[in-house]
This record gives sequence, structure tokens and C-alpha cells, in this order.
Amino acid sequence: MIATGLKVRSLSPIERFIKPVSTETDNGSNSPSDIRDVIIVGSGPAGYTAAVYTARANLSPLLIASSVTAGGELMNTTDVENYPGFPEGVMGPDLMENFEKQAARFGTEILFEDVTSVDLSGDVKAVTVGTGETFRARAVIISTGSAYRELGLEDEKRLSGHGVSWCATCDGFFFKDQDIAVIGGGDSAMEEALFLTKFARSVTVVHRRDSLRASRIMQDRALAHEKIRFEWNAEVAAIHGTDKVTGLTLASTVDDSSRELAVTGVFVAIGNDPRIDLVKDQLKLTGEGTIAVLGRTSKTSLPGVFAAGDVIDPTYRQAITASGSGCVAAIDVEHYLADLGDTVQTAAEVPTPVAEQVSETASV
Amino acid sequence: MSDAKEVTDSSFEADVLNASKPVMVDFWAEWCGPCRKLSPILDDIALEHADKIDVVKLNVDDNPATAAKYGITSIPAVYVFRDGEVAATSIGAKPKQVLEQEFAQFL
Ligand SMILES: Cc1cc2nc3c(=O)[nH]c(=O)nc-3n(C[C@H](O)[C@H](O)[C@H](O)COP(=O)(O)OP(=O)(O)OC[C@H]3O[C@@H](n4cnc5c(N)ncnc54)[C@H](O)[C@@H]3O)c2cc1C
Repeated sequence: MIATGLKVRSLSPIERFIKPVSTETDNGSNSPSDIRDVIIVGSGPAGYTAAVYTARANLSPLLIASSVTAGGELMNTTDVENYPGFPEGVMGPDLMENFEKQAARFGTEILFEDVTSVDLSGDVKAVTVGTGETFRARAVIISTGSAYRELGLEDEKRLSGHGVSWCATCDGFFFKDQDIAVIGGGDSAMEEALFLTKFARSVTVVHRRDSLRASRIMQDRALAHEKIRFEWNAEVAAIHGTDKVTGLTLASTVDDSSRELAVTGVFVAIGNDPRIDLVKDQLKLTGEGTIAVLGRTSKTSLPGVFAAGDVIDPTYRQAITASGSGCVAAIDVEHYLADLGDTVQTAAEVPTPVAEQVSETASV
Repeated sequence: MSDAKEVTDSSFEADVLNASKPVMVDFWAEWCGPCRKLSPILDDIALEHADKIDVVKLNVDDNPATAAKYGITSIPAVYVFRDGEVAATSIGAKPKQVLEQEFAQFL
């Protein structure tokens, strides 16, 4: 290949270290050499996809994966049947292991720690993890996903791990030949209910409305299953049990009636809320509580801060949309860094194309 | 996967209940994804606090009696036993710093 006229794509670690940088704007005491191009927070489909793309663009991403929930939501499920490219389906944990391997293959540095605080305001962003260590970068991608919603009942926490669960694949085993309840009417609730039929004697789905939100195929499977019963227009008013769950009180959502349901397990699948604790005081949010981004881009209210996956998405929230969104964030980061031009040291080379305006203002 | 000693239904009394030191028991199973994330953290804790506490693991698939006796319905579950009694519990995979706080009195 002829090198003349080509921009050097990346510097070796030593070159990075010795190259004098004249126009640093950071206010920290560390040397500029420890300022990375990009840090990715979160290790679901969004974070790992962003890692694959930024790593292949030579941006040497640092991905902070979390210490115990690395891999994200799909770690808690079994078959994923709608991620394209796997005609026979794929196990969630296997898929995420592959995501991790692919990110690592191109040089992503993966750290199994939890981010405890971020400072996103300046040109150089600071990301601090549970050990107290702080990392700095010019760009940050927030892809922290969403956290399961709780019922908000007094006894829910107390009995959590003693019959109240949020993970059928983790805990279903302990309910062999027992009667259990699944709360919720969406796809994940149906998935949990169907999975639990492998162990339970009966599964009662408790749903606030008289029809399901779940996709047609999941509804059909659940409605046809002989072990699954439905309690329509009902919500959980109380969970009973001293050491272990013994039953629920269900309140009607249409009249004043209530009734008891004897179950030894309750699996809560009533939806998720975006995980925004780290950033909620620094970034603009939407009315749905997700991180606000510009049009079809991943640009948040702060320059250099990008967000991807379920944390920006109140609607679609699938592995494939999270992946797509991680890809968008990676490309936005490359453009942002390249736009900073010669004032900073970055491996990014592709500046923002003119066409991006269309993405920023996407509308019909 | 983990360096912790395996205890069983039949060795539980000798290894855990009659131990002179407090013992941290990791209730786990092969099919439990979060358990896989937790075990290296418990290995770390075991290494750093070896003078104070022993860390062992119990496979709930192979040892259902002990799991049932202590009412385990969710794993990973970490139970600390002292003088034959449950002295503290923590359920779910949690970061090392959090576990160290929860079990501070034993470390
Ligand atoms: C039971 C179940 C079944 C599902 N089945 C399917 C399916 O079949 N097909 C499908 O397409 N989708 C499915 N989904 C939805 C899919 O899992 C999500 O849409 C997708 O995982 C979102 O990806 P994400 O990267 O945005 O977030 P997540 O997968 O939630 O990942 C977020 C990551 O961020 C990490 N994180 C959060 N906070 C911090 C922090 N402070 N520091 C460090 N790391 C942090 C988390 O640990 C996690 O690794 C399912 C969801 C559930 C719950």
C-alpha cells in the first residue's frame, strides 16, 4: 500500500505517550497521554456493538462492563429467536459471549467493574469505577440498558429471593411441581411463563388489562399452553408469607373485588425503566425517562456524550435495535472526534458528513 | 470456574456447621448465569480474608436437601454460617464492594 498522502491511522502507545500535545483543555492533573478517545459504559448488545465499531476504527475503546451483570439483559434469558443471523435461534448468554469475543478481537479493553460516577461536562470526561479508579476520555457512550420494574409493595423486597423473583431462568428450578404466578402481559412475561411451565405445576399470569401486550406468536403460545392460566384485569395488592411466599391478594382493576391466589412463587415481569442514575443530573431526559438524543443520532444534550440502546429507547427495546443503536453511537463518536481536528490527539479520521443533518432533524 | 471447595449434602455438617471459623457458602448451579459472574468475586474475597472466613460452594442441583433446608429459592445466594447457624445472607450477584460491606462483620 502506498502511504504517501494517507493520514496515519493510529499511533502506537509509545508514540501517543511522547507526542507533545499543545492545546489540551483538560483541567485534571494527569498527563494528557491518559486521555482516551472513548469510554463505553455498559456491556449489552448496544455497548458491545459500539465497542466492535470503535475498536475497528482504531479508537481503542475502554468498555466498562459492570462487575456482575456483564452481558446485559440477555444473560437472563434462554432462547433468542429473533436476532437475525441465527436461523435456529441462539441462547442469550451464548450470544453475549460472542459479542464480548468480537469486541475483544479488535482490541477493546474490557473492564469488569461498575461505574459509580461520571463527570460529563468538560471536553475531557471522567468516569469513576467502584474501586475508586477514574478513567478519562474525550467521548463517552452511555449504554446502561434498563432495570426491571418492581411492584412497589412492602413485602416485595423482604420476600425477594424467598419466592419473589425477577429471573425465571435463574430461579424456576426451585419451583418444581409448585403453583406460581407471573405478573405482566408483555413478551418477557410470556417468555417467563412459558419457561416456568418446565418446572411448575401451574403458572398463573396476572395482568392488569383484559388483553396482552405481547407479540402475537408469544400470546398464542401462552394462551394455548395447558399449564398456563390467566387472571385478567387484576393487579397484585399484597404478597403474603413470613419466610417464604405463600400467596397473593389480587385486586380487580375494574371493580372493588379482590381475591386470594395461593402460590409459592411470584415472577415479576412488568417492564423496565431506563438506567439513568449515573447521568440524570447531567443529561436531558425525555418524558419517558430515557436519555434524550438528537433525531436518529446518538447525540445527547452534552457534546462528546453519546447514548445507545434501551437507555434511549422507550419503544423498540430489542437486542437488534440496541445493537443498531450502538453502531450509530460508534460512528457518531468517530465523527465527533475527527471534527475536533488537530487541536487534540485522536485516532479518529472521518469527520461529520453533510448528510448527518438529515439524521439530526429526522422527520417526515 | 472457581477455586472454592465444593461441599455436599453429606459433608455440609462437618465442613460448614461444625467449622471453627465462619463459613461463606455460595449456593450455585451450572445453569445460573449470574452465579458464573459471582464466583470469581467470592474467590477474591476468600483469598483476601482467608484468616477470617472460609468460602465454599454448594451445587444446588446435586445437593437439593441442603438447598431446601435453608429455603433457597433464588441463586446465586450467599449464606454465612457461624457456630452452625445462619449469621447473614445475601441474594443475587452483587459487586465485590457491596458484598464486602454486607459481610463486613465477618471480614
Ligand atoms: C427475559 C428477557 C428476554 C428477552 N428476550 C429478547 C429476545 O428474545 N429478543 C430480543 O431482541 N430482545 C430480547 N430482550 C430485550 C433485550 O434483552 C434488550 O432489548 C437488550 O438487551 C438491550 O440492550 P442494551 O445494550 O441497551 O442494554 P442491556 O442488555 O440491559 O445491557 C446494559 C448493560 O449495562 C451495564 N451497566 C448498567 N449500569 C452500569 C454501570 N453503572 N456500570 C457498568 N455497567 C453498567 C449492565 O450491567 C449491562 O451489562 C429480552 C429481555 C428480557 C428481560
